[in-house]
Amino acid sequence: MNALMVIAGQEIRAGLRNRWAAATTLILAALALSLVLLGSAPTGTVGASPVAVVVVSLASLTIFLVPLLALLLSFDAIVGEAERGTLLLLLAHPVARWQVVLGKFLGHGATLALATVAGYGAAGVLLAATVPADAEDWRAYAGLIGTSVMLGVAFVALGSLASIAVRERPTAAGLAVGLWLFFVLLYDSALLGVLVVDQGTVLSGSALDVLLLFNPADVYRLINLTGDGAAALLAGMSAPGDAGSMPVAVLYGALAGWIVLPLAAAVAVFNRRHP
Amino acid sequence: MTPTITLEHVSRRYGRLSALDDVSLRADAGETVALVGHNGAGKTTLMKLILGLIRPTAGTVRVLGEDPAGRHGARVRARLGFLPESVAFHAAMTGTELLAFYARLKNAPVKANPGILHRVGLSEAADRRVGTYSKGMRQRLGLAQALIGEPGILLLDEPTSGLDPDSRRQVYDTIAELRDRGALVLLSTHALAEVESRVDRVAMLHRGRLIAAGDVAALRRRAPMPVRVRLTVRHCTTQRVLDAVAAWATVLARDPEHLDLAVDPAHRADVIHALDGLREVIEDVEIESPGLEALYRHLTGGDRP
Repeated sequence: MNALMVIAGQEIRAGLRNRWAAATTLILAALALSLVLLGSAPTGTVGASPVAVVVVSLASLTIFLVPLLALLLSFDAIVGEAERGTLLLLLAHPVARWQVVLGKFLGHGATLALATVAGYGAAGVLLAATVPADAEDWRAYAGLIGTSVMLGVAFVALGSLASIAVRERPTAAGLAVGLWLFFVLLYDSALLGVLVVDQGTVLSGSALDVLLLFNPADVYRLINLTGDGAAALLAGMSAPGDAGSMPVAVLYGALAGWIVLPLAAAVAVFNRRHP
Repeated sequence: MTPTITLEHVSRRYGRLSALDDVSLRADAGETVALVGHNGAGKTTLMKLILGLIRPTAGTVRVLGEDPAGRHGARVRARLGFLPESVAFHAAMTGTELLAFYARLKNAPVKANPGILHRVGLSEAADRRVGTYSKGMRQRLGLAQALIGEPGILLLDEPTSGLDPDSRRQVYDTIAELRDRGALVLLSTHALAEVESRVDRVAMLHRGRLIAAGDVAALRRRAPMPVRVRLTVRHCTTQRVLDAVAAWATVLARDPEHLDLAVDPAHRADVIHALDGLREVIEDVEIESPGLEALYRHLTGGDRP
């Protein structure tokens, strides 16, 4: 069997064994279910579909939670093995360095995807049983699950890079927290600050759009809060940019780039590292 | 027969630090070789070079005729078994699961694993989580992992560190068994006295330099250390004994009933012969040959890194 798949399989097994997958699924399901139950209350007066309400509120919370879970899962990938002494052993086997990085990434990505699909899927089933919805609503909900998985996988890639870039586990943990703070909280605040100071003199709307592509969390927000008719209408307040100007394909491409580039960097750094 | 491992004038530097300096060494199938040195002497660096995990700064490394860090490195590693120093496996996995993982990585049949676990005495604990294992059991699991795929070369980094005497003996029994099957075993240790009687050859490393290498008997002959002879004699006969052996011995300590002598190893037989003629006054004789430990201390000037 291919070493890549063996390593990925071992990571998935470890995730299931130490209950990480179960705990994550429960957290995501609890979050989604509570939003489904709460979300059915304010409809009717606004005229928005209940599913769209859930999609918008779930997307807003996903931005905070999923990247954190992804980083917690992946920051240990390489540095943890190095500290336990098993990295040397792993590399002493007939495996290539890229297979180690990619195998662990695939294992962690699959674990997180499983938890996200199961957790949000359970909420979707409850939603289908309680509220009326049309095909458009379900397309938005499926899109939410899909992009949440992509967001999580992007942060797994970033966490893997953090795990390879440093020598000690606490440093990697700190770096992971730093990445989360930067992308999820600080980036938007900084951007907002610049916009306020700038007053539109230098930064045009399209420049802002491009700047938003440099943050996977913002790309996710753009896709889910502004991409679709109903959700966009509802989320108008929270949409960060002038969303209409960017085709959805560009947004998905950017999110995919946030998966591929950190991963490529991780492989490149790991290839140069002395075990 | 082609040598299994060859190192020719190998140096490895990390920045300004020289981890290995002009080391040449060869080892063949069926041999057990001990790498001896203090912590930081370069033992692990040497193993990493043989595994192809790092490249030498200068010199060449050949394992089974190939460059382990080169294009066919994976093929070489498939035939190596490696036990890293102080390895800690994933605590939530069972011994069986971990061994299956490493067997798949090595493309070795997983169904051979129960036999390997039996050999290291872990059959009963195989389905328990590694987190419940004692230090000795974890080390034996590490050894089991190194045995996967019947490797022709075994690299064992400090295989007995932290083990109780019983577990140590088990490890050495396994090593002897491997050697008998024709495997090359390269083990590193700083417990020289422990491996002295159990290995064919010893390579002594000190601060990255190979200070001595050869079979155990030859190294012992090289030891320029005196043989210590401790005598208990009848009261006030020490002078009589001394007169008989004075030509070859120097007195280290004496009192009316005891003599502590340093004897030139070349004249060991003469001294014993002379003492034989004084049987009526000698009550007890203790002869201590210098071990490799003493040679190592001598060669390193007794200094610690």
